[in-house]
Amino acid sequence: MNEFSIILSGISKNYENIKAVDDISLNIKKGELFGLIGPDGAGKTTLIRLLTTLLKPDKGFAEVENFDTVKDYKKIRKIVGYMPGRFSLYQDLSAEENLNFFASVFNTSVEENYDLIKDIYSYIEPFKKRKAGKLSGGMKQKLALSCALIHKPKVLFLDEPTTGVDAVSRKEFWEMLKNLQKKNITILVSTPYMDEASLCDRISLMQNGKLMETDTPENITNKFQKQIFSIRSKNKQKLIKNLREYNQTYSANIFGQDIHYIDKRNNVKIDELHTYLKSEKHTGIEIKAVKPNIEDCFIELMKKEQ
Amino acid sequence: MYENNIISVKNLTKKFGDFTANDNLSFDVKKGEIFGFLGANGAGKTTAIKIFCGLLSPTSGNVNVAGYDIYKDTEKIKKNIGYMSQRFSLYEDLSVKENIRFYARIYGLPKKEIKIKTEELLEKLNFSHAVNKKIKDIPLGWKQKLAFSAAVFHNPKIVFLDEPTGGVDPITRRQFWDLIYETAENGITVFVTTHYMDEAEYCDRVSIMDAGKIEAIGKPEELKKKYNVKSMDEVFIKIAR
Repeated sequence: MNEFSIILSGISKNYENIKAVDDISLNIKKGELFGLIGPDGAGKTTLIRLLTTLLKPDKGFAEVENFDTVKDYKKIRKIVGYMPGRFSLYQDLSAEENLNFFASVFNTSVEENYDLIKDIYSYIEPFKKRKAGKLSGGMKQKLALSCALIHKPKVLFLDEPTTGVDAVSRKEFWEMLKNLQKKNITILVSTPYMDEASLCDRISLMQNGKLMETDTPENITNKFQKQIFSIRSKNKQKLIKNLREYNQTYSANIFGQDIHYIDKRNNVKIDELHTYLKSEKHTGIEIKAVKPNIEDCFIELMKKEQ
Repeated sequence: MYENNIISVKNLTKKFGDFTANDNLSFDVKKGEIFGFLGANGAGKTTAIKIFCGLLSPTSGNVNVAGYDIYKDTEKIKKNIGYMSQRFSLYEDLSVKENIRFYARIYGLPKKEIKIKTEELLEKLNFSHAVNKKIKDIPLGWKQKLAFSAAVFHNPKIVFLDEPTGGVDPITRRQFWDLIYETAENGITVFVTTHYMDEAEYCDRVSIMDAGKIEAIGKPEELKKKYNVKSMDEVFIKIAR
């Protein structure tokens, strides 16, 4: 028995002279909730389209549940669910009609697999007669997920399901994914929101068609070598300016109300930073050593690539 | 209206049939501040922004933008504001230079001034080498910065940014905020929506909308203190959930 649900081996896809996916190898375990984290244009959608058999690779190969994405594409299509980035249901059909349509395409019925979508579809049930195009953003998202699940797929591909979604609805959506994972579905989800990384079992940080790093979120942040200081003072604008000018600065990036500061030296003392900021007439100075988050790691990896 | 308010909203209501998108909103935005306009999807943010830009008429209430009345002076309002949408408002098949010129001419800037300002802008953004490239051939981060620069090229009194940083990498996202700060320092008021709650911390003041109403307004520190939490993310969740 193969422990992997998804295997990518040296896979590449070019559009004219753009390397959308550039020699990527990756294994995703059965039952894993795997996150593909990266900005627009990183190649996330292309990678998902290669795996859902909608694109053919230029080089390398990929397997989903032991089926080759080129030779066995028909078999793969039967066992995967796919929620594309753009709302792709039939706008002029009602919510219920959309769901029935997707069930019938896969030779099944809504009743047969209702168990799987119950928690999600119950939100839409009161509006099931409404045309899909007239549903709110959050409802559309839940309906699209229900349609992607109605044939009980082994693998679920979600392309940026939370883009443009507010912080509260995003949290709800991730709770739904966690519940689905318990039902033995392998889930590959892409997102540009770095803070969603910690909700995945493992993640890849993707940029310019390459995976910069693949591991558990915890291991990725643990691997970060440099000490980060979280600094704040009464005048944030001046603080960022002064830290960027400081001759020992490796990097200074704004993170919410704090500045994440990394020094060039290995053994920098908080007192020294304090003295410098005082000499620049800052008040209310607070400096503390903090652990990196995924966004710190992503910025550092991007710096290395450049 | 106070002298130092660039937007003044009094009892603004907008209905679509039975649905109340904006429910009796009253608030002010001060000249030169960075104002974060937050809220869940469907809370009524887009409707309000359309009204402030003179694209939609309110059902009732008074709104003054940049010194002009929203009912009578919509054309004057349009001349005095800049706007950048979620998806950049640049023409993909035009070059960098053509896009800038297009925006500048729409706002009636004289040709001489356009030439000088275009060169200044390209230098500032380090785009000089790419001036003749088509928009579709330049990286996303550049597009975003260029779209923003185009929106403030005519030196408006206020610029509206609707989710300007969605999907952008973390480095570009911060560079984009540097541009926002710089713009605010030059006296242009910035009115911005975002789903990144760390960006809410970068604003001078924020408002949080839920179901057509403004549920909270103030400086990020004030709101965190009021709701007794550590981050704007937690404030948002307390209000919108």
